[in-house]
Amino acid sequence: MDITLHVWRQRKSGAEGKMETIEAPGISDSASFLEMLDIVNERLQAKGQEPIAFDHDCREGICGSCSLVINGEPHGPEYGTTSCQLHMRSFKNGQHIFVEPWRARAFPVIKDLVVDRSAFDRIQQAGGFVSINTGSPQDANCLPVPKQNADKAFDAAVCIGCGACVAACKNASPMLFVSAQVTQLSLLPQGQPERAKRVLAMVDQMKKEGFGNCTNQYECEAACPKEISVEHIARMNREYFRAAIREESPKEGHGGE
Amino acid sequence: MTLCDRLFKSPVGAKMLMAVTGLMLTGFVLAHLSGNLLIFAGRDVFNAYAKGLHSLGALLWVARIGLLGAFALHLYLAITLTTQNRAARPVGYAHEATMQATLASRYMIHTGMLMFAFIVYHLAHYTFRVVNPEFASLEEGDVYGMVIAGFSSPAVSAFYVLSMTALAAHLRHGVSSLFQSLGLYHGNLNPVTDKLGPIVALIVLVGFSSIPIAVLTGLVK
Amino acid sequence: MNLDSKTPSGPIAGKWEKHKFEMKLINPANRRKYDVIVVGSGLAGASAAATLGGLGYNVSCFCFQDSPRRAHSIAAQGGINAAKNYQGDGDSVFRLFYDTIKGGDFRSREANVYRLAEVSRNIIDQCVAQGVPFARDYGGLLDNRSFGGAQVSRTFYARGQTGQQLLLGAYSALNREINRGSVKMFSRKEMLELVIVDGRARGVIVRDLVTGEVTSHAAHAVILASGGYGNVFYLSTNAKGSNVTATWRAHLKGAGFANPCYTQIHPTCIPVSGDYQSKLTLMSESLRNDGRVWVPKKKGDTRSPQQIPEDERDYYLERKYPSFGNLAPRDIASRSAKEACDDGRGVGPGGLGVYLDFADSIKRGGEDGIKRKYGNLFHMYKKITAENPYKTPMRIYPAVHYTMGGLWVDYNLMSNVPGLFVLGEANFSDHGANRLGASALMQGLADGYFVIPYTLPNYFASESLAKIDTSDQAFKAAEEGVRQRTKTLLGINGSRTVDSFHRELGKIMWDKCGMARDKAGLEDALNKIPKLREEFWQNVKVLGESENLNQSLEKAGRVADFLEFGELMCRDALHREESCGGHFRTEHQTPDGEAKRNDNDFCYAGVWEYKGAGQKSTLHKEPLAFENVKLATRSYK
Ligand SMILES: Cc1cc2nc3c(=O)[nH]c(=O)nc-3n(C[C@H](O)[C@H](O)[C@H](O)COP(=O)(O)OP(=O)(O)OC[C@H]3O[C@@H](n4cnc5c(N)ncnc54)[C@H](O)[C@@H]3O)c2cc1C
Ligand code: HEM
Ligand code: HEM
Ligand code: SF4
Ligand code: F3S
Ligand code: FES
Repeated sequence: MDITLHVWRQRKSGAEGKMETIEAPGISDSASFLEMLDIVNERLQAKGQEPIAFDHDCREGICGSCSLVINGEPHGPEYGTTSCQLHMRSFKNGQHIFVEPWRARAFPVIKDLVVDRSAFDRIQQAGGFVSINTGSPQDANCLPVPKQNADKAFDAAVCIGCGACVAACKNASPMLFVSAQVTQLSLLPQGQPERAKRVLAMVDQMKKEGFGNCTNQYECEAACPKEISVEHIARMNREYFRAAIREESPKEGHGGE
Repeated sequence: MTLCDRLFKSPVGAKMLMAVTGLMLTGFVLAHLSGNLLIFAGRDVFNAYAKGLHSLGALLWVARIGLLGAFALHLYLAITLTTQNRAARPVGYAHEATMQATLASRYMIHTGMLMFAFIVYHLAHYTFRVVNPEFASLEEGDVYGMVIAGFSSPAVSAFYVLSMTALAAHLRHGVSSLFQSLGLYHGNLNPVTDKLGPIVALIVLVGFSSIPIAVLTGLVK
Repeated sequence: MNLDSKTPSGPIAGKWEKHKFEMKLINPANRRKYDVIVVGSGLAGASAAATLGGLGYNVSCFCFQDSPRRAHSIAAQGGINAAKNYQGDGDSVFRLFYDTIKGGDFRSREANVYRLAEVSRNIIDQCVAQGVPFARDYGGLLDNRSFGGAQVSRTFYARGQTGQQLLLGAYSALNREINRGSVKMFSRKEMLELVIVDGRARGVIVRDLVTGEVTSHAAHAVILASGGYGNVFYLSTNAKGSNVTATWRAHLKGAGFANPCYTQIHPTCIPVSGDYQSKLTLMSESLRNDGRVWVPKKKGDTRSPQQIPEDERDYYLERKYPSFGNLAPRDIASRSAKEACDDGRGVGPGGLGVYLDFADSIKRGGEDGIKRKYGNLFHMYKKITAENPYKTPMRIYPAVHYTMGGLWVDYNLMSNVPGLFVLGEANFSDHGANRLGASALMQGLADGYFVIPYTLPNYFASESLAKIDTSDQAFKAAEEGVRQRTKTLLGINGSRTVDSFHRELGKIMWDKCGMARDKAGLEDALNKIPKLREEFWQNVKVLGESENLNQSLEKAGRVADFLEFGELMCRDALHREESCGGHFRTEHQTPDGEAKRNDNDFCYAGVWEYKGAGQKSTLHKEPLAFENVKLATRSYK
């Protein structure tokens, strides 16, 4: 098939960028979207032009590296699919395809289609953990978890941290991502001792990173390759309210752990 | 962080305040609507209702102040949150697409602002009565006559209907959304809350618009 | 080269306990004074960094992805083994130890494997305490499944995403330490050189993949947990970035590389669909429980599978291995598929595929039954191939999956270079010549959570290590070397892209050093690879700048290392005149085509020493003794 790409090209962070039109004739429809970019890159290099930079690693939908907005939709037109699992047969011969990076102030562009998502790491570092040391915890089966809760926690735990939710949200809000992290641990017995502290710290960090606020538009849910439900956002709102009322403010000088 | 900061300054707390104030305003609007619909019961009933309200005295002021406070907070949060949201995406997409967000949800600030303009006009119209000098000639307490006189201008009625459309759009998203903001979006509840917004919107649109239309068409005189 | 394994004396069951007591400790107040570098944030790296940080050491952790959570461990699907015996089906530490030794075809070190089996139980406890959502049964207790090579149910799993959930657990532990300030995380940084001062590993040189800046980092010890080298084949189930650079650079600085030829080929992957193919996708092995593997009896048969009548199909696994049938172990199933395709009976584009047919199971249990068991796998298959596996048989083909070889380490996981520790897939330690399913995750976490936190302090306490900083001459020279290499790569400006070299190398490796190897083929490869390498350094085209994100440059560096490493791999395969586990030499097979081990001459770990550019590497041997499991021939007939 023959397609026409319109790709965001930007030399480096802070530099001016622009959409560039690249013809891509003769692409097999069983190639994946990233393989199509590989082919385009080989051709660009043959012409002495720099290849298009884009993030990718596992190419099987689990690492969360790939991050392309394709025709305005993060990860492209297929529901529940990452960019790397998308195949060219989802497109039509002769189609124009726009490829852009995640757009958010908190995700600055590094080059072309590559963005800096370290804000997500910092949100996790603020509280996305259970404080235990490695050593001799009790036997795993001393901590039974009702299957229903375990399954629900899992539905949240499948998040791959790709950031498509932010890219899709008209407000560049990461609520779906943050709520998935908060939900998982708040449903499990292991997460209880730090339950209130965790949600306060993570929401606080989310604000510091310069993301937008949620206005319940549910674009994130439509874009999420792991089909994470916005019910998690409601749960996080509940968790936050509970914590806001219950948790005492940390005293000066104690700084969150 | 104090509780106050957690509510006013955090994205989640602010949304809860939005929801609570939005709910208060919606409550007022629905009450106001049911009162206003008494206009179809005739001049006496409607005027008696208006009189009844005014005779509440202190209670009325408590309600007015509460409402004004909610309105101010709603407006303040709407503006700050929207400003932050716009700043959160300095560079937009060359190819925009929307997957499942409703039109109403995407224009909340616009429909809200239109409501603000409407309310200013509306208060000047019926509460401070500075728009139509001819109201002065009406009998004291003839709110019914005032409404008939007010809507006899097609332009004014059209503005009202337009504003009601904006309000309906605002509530179409807002009323469903406030449950999510308050954390009440969950399992069996969703089919109800999802429909509540559109239902309230429809009631508000049809209910309020019926009054200027009835006046213009001479159904109510 | 000193290959003293430092295995503690005494009965196998007591070695680790005894060793733990004998090792020296560092008191809590002094730990801050020790700097540790961890390269890698996969299961092995993240668990090590988090634990050492938690103990109070000053840890710097590096990964080349944009976040530690994206390390390749995230992709593991099936599960993790542990000798918990929760199912009461006769499992024990000794049985897991035994299965691993046997599965590894008697080419691993007994003491290490026993310790692995021993600590496997703590891993599950640790992960559950972190909140890892393992599958549970209705009573709320942990569930298990069974996996290849074992007769007990000892595999813990989290839907089809066990690696992801375990890695996110380790990542959360790492995040806690980053938050507390004991670990500093460096993402999008690639280690390009190991620095040795006074014979000890004392630091690394890294390139910032965003700014191109080359910096030195000094420490009291360096831990490599940089994963496996399966991408030497270009096409593999590994993530695109997986590489040999970190371990190869260490090898060039003196670390012995053990058994590089031991690679594992997974039998059930989705076949290549075209020459643009960039990686291969694994389909869980569990499919072989219900699918029947076959090819047409006739060569070059192009009929659709439905049109081929029953008596013209060759169910070759059932035919050759009547008792194990479609469940023959990975290496055997893979090799048989290759034989069928080499015979001209392969199916699908290019004839590189065999059918995995569910028609009988669907007839028996209905489509729903299959959907319940494998729904997500069928869905994934359909997404990739656009074929409906409920209606037409799946096409599968073997693919490179895991590498058992790696840097040589002793019982303490230290390489022959003092101060250089190697964990996870990057070392050679526990799987011998073949790894059992669900054992790599176990090993990575065992190394990081439960071994290195004991053996590293012992090293610190036993040596006097002066504090050094990066102004040392060794660092300056290494930095300069890295800059020079970058400059050279950018300056060649030839006519072939990096990927085209990588593809060509991959093809050589797959053809000559893949599922089946022979002397002539390996010699041919040993002839071709140096030529290809030479051409690479003359004719590669790397565009862009060094002071910027430059993915071609990153790839070029990795491929350059693969071009050197591939040669060593072939050399190792050529020297090992026997067939064992994943290493199959066609010259060494029984009359009916089974692998023939040669325990008299090859019961050792082959460790290669680098002798300088242009020099032949030399082989050293660590003899393997089997005192607790008797050497025996595997049979799956
Ligand atoms: C598709 C698939 C499925 C699998 N399923 C299973 C399974 O079900 N059960 C099982 O037990 N095993 C499974 N395995 C094997 C297992 O996943 C791996 O062996 C294991 O996760 C390796 O972990 P690791 O920590 O050693 O390395 P990795 O997870 O590969 O981590 C390597 C780390 O090193 C970093 N790194 C590498 N080089 C450099 C450098 N030069 N500079 C800086 N950083 C560097 C990377 O950034 C990364 O953080 C599977 C493997 C694959 C491919
Ligand atoms: C001054 C005029 C107003 C402005 C600028 C305004 C603006 C907004 C904005 C920006 C939102 C957030 C949208 C979202 O989060 O989904 C919102 C929510 C809402 N508004 Fe308004 N609004 C105004 C007046 C009103 C009035 C008069 C009512 C009621 C009659 C109302 C009811 C609501 C409700 C119910 C919500 C939903 C809250 C939630 O999602 O939690 N608003 N408004
Ligand atoms: C057709 C529609 C409407 C009619 C006929 C109407 C009529 C009136 C009248 C007659 C009054 C004055 C009552 C009095 O002083 O005795 C009034 C007051 C008011 N109306 Fe409306 N109204 C309409 C719609 C709305 C809407 C949609 C809103 C808000 C969103 C609104 C908000 C108010 C407010 C805030 C007051 C002042 C109440 C007070 O004095 O405390 N009205 N309205
Ligand atoms: S919630 Fe979904 S879209 Fe957002 S980061 Fe996680 S997986 Fe990606
Ligand atoms: S799209 Fe954005 S507005 Fe909220 S529900 Fe999702 S974060
Ligand atoms: S490349 Fe890993 S999810 Fe797409």
